[in-house]
Amino acid sequence: MIEIRGLVKRFGPVTAVDGLSFDVMPGRVTGFLGPNGAGKTTTMLMMLGLVRPGAGEVRIGGRRYRDLPVPLAEAGVLLEARAFHGGRRARDHLLFLAKSNRIPARRVGEVLALTGIEQAAGKRAKALSLGMAQRLGIAAALLGDPAVLVLDEPLNGLDPEGIAWIRTLMRDLAAQGRTVLFSSHLISEVALAADHLIVIGKGRLIADTTAAGLAASSGQPVLVRSPRASELADRLRHAGAATEPAEERAIRVTGLDAATIAGLAAAAGIAVHELTPQQPSLEEAFMKLTRDHAEFRAGPASPGQAGPGE
Amino acid sequence: MTAAGTGSAARLLLPAGARAGFADAVRAEWVKLRTVRSTYWSLLATVLLVTGLGAVFSLAYASRYHSLSPHAKAVFDPTVTSLSGVWFGQLGIGVLAILAVTGEYATGTIRPSLAAVPRRSRMLAAKALVFTAVTVAVGEAASFAAFFAGQQILAGRAPHTALADLAVLRAVTGGGLYLGAVALFSLALGTLIRHTAGAITAMTAIAFVVPTILVALPASWQDTAGRWLPTNAGSALWSVRDVTHMFTAWTGFAVFLAYTATLLTWGFAAFARRDT
Repeated sequence: MIEIRGLVKRFGPVTAVDGLSFDVMPGRVTGFLGPNGAGKTTTMLMMLGLVRPGAGEVRIGGRRYRDLPVPLAEAGVLLEARAFHGGRRARDHLLFLAKSNRIPARRVGEVLALTGIEQAAGKRAKALSLGMAQRLGIAAALLGDPAVLVLDEPLNGLDPEGIAWIRTLMRDLAAQGRTVLFSSHLISEVALAADHLIVIGKGRLIADTTAAGLAASSGQPVLVRSPRASELADRLRHAGAATEPAEERAIRVTGLDAATIAGLAAAAGIAVHELTPQQPSLEEAFMKLTRDHAEFRAGPASPGQAGPGE
Repeated sequence: MTAAGTGSAARLLLPAGARAGFADAVRAEWVKLRTVRSTYWSLLATVLLVTGLGAVFSLAYASRYHSLSPHAKAVFDPTVTSLSGVWFGQLGIGVLAILAVTGEYATGTIRPSLAAVPRRSRMLAAKALVFTAVTVAVGEAASFAAFFAGQQILAGRAPHTALADLAVLRAVTGGGLYLGAVALFSLALGTLIRHTAGAITAMTAIAFVVPTILVALPASWQDTAGRWLPTNAGSALWSVRDVTHMFTAWTGFAVFLAYTATLLTWGFAAFARRDT
């Protein structure tokens, strides 16, 4: 479990992280979502002691990161892709990390196998494709068999096969009871991979919710198809709903649930051919959420607010 | 591909109560050092500069010795002549030590490194220890090789000497110690500056440019200030004769070590304080 309390980080005049508090729970995949520059990377770096918080603290497994007796056994980390010395062989990158945490050298072979890059073990890091490099980063994160995984943009730049692989891996790791946190600026990525979402914008918490909860919070519309659609629309508006024409002889209704709409139609003797609650895309929900958030209207992202590495 | 096998093995990896410490950080730094090619070429460059240029200087003196002025003959130091290459070899050692730190920043390895060893002073101390050990070992080998080759070249045509003389033994051993100290000095510079080009420029300026500029200044300035330049002070350790207006061997080396310690303390403080 990761506990984040009152985290603040300023870079000069720019506040990258502004009083952030949330928990990341074990046993599920948590997506860490926000537009570029929202402060995701800075927050993750602060979790690992790589950036010093201006205020607040982070606890991993109940301790500050620097107090962990064997850090890699507690938290596995994937930061930016290609955080390797280009001239060092993949195997040796893992070996020095293993040695630093007293992890047996045989574990290097295990994580290479686990991530499917045994054949690249002897390659120098600069010769690895982006997909391979990302797998090496994941292999490094798994080295200490950690209870917590912190993965910054793990799906960035991967081909569909690689994305599916990481998604499955994160699910499996969470199913084993581990805490899995991964960041993304693309909600479509997060929607498919995460059970839970932490949404931030301008360094502040916007939502701490399930994926379904995020979608619901934006108001679930219902698609209604009827030969007398416009007449039904009048009656529904009268009952307090908002309607908009969808297709021919169909309307999209918000503000009333499907059962109420069916009841009103029956009472008016209007036949209904289709009544479908529509899942608003997470994308729309996210846009709405961030739009509604006052800080977000401040204007386009200012340069430099991303902090280091983002 | 699934993560099967990571979960159940969880606590089998490490014994209960395991705690990673300084020795583990040292092992990691040793792996880092021996798994990049720049280590080998910079150490090779150092050895070639120390021995090769030592031989060139020895040869030059051997062939010209008979035509030297009586004063030049009187102050001729066959040991320091054969060790002339140390002055140039420090460049190879310096670049190696600088890359050890700036390379981590340039490649981004610094983040996984510090995620694995979050106690920063521990990581930097481990790195300093490994580099000192390796550079002193290689420096000693190069220094002794240069001495023996140089004395062979000088023999018969100019005065030469042997290790039986304690001052000579101190100077030849001093060549290696000096190179180790240069490594620490450069490591501290790399830690403070964090950029390869900037740190190498600073190191070259301190080691070569400033001493060269000083030669162009009035003699009285040279006499008072020259000895205080870090590499001038340190290199007293590898000459047998005391040089006029310079520190004596161990005093000079102590001055150089004091500079190094100051820079290292500053480097440790900055490294602990900064974000990555």
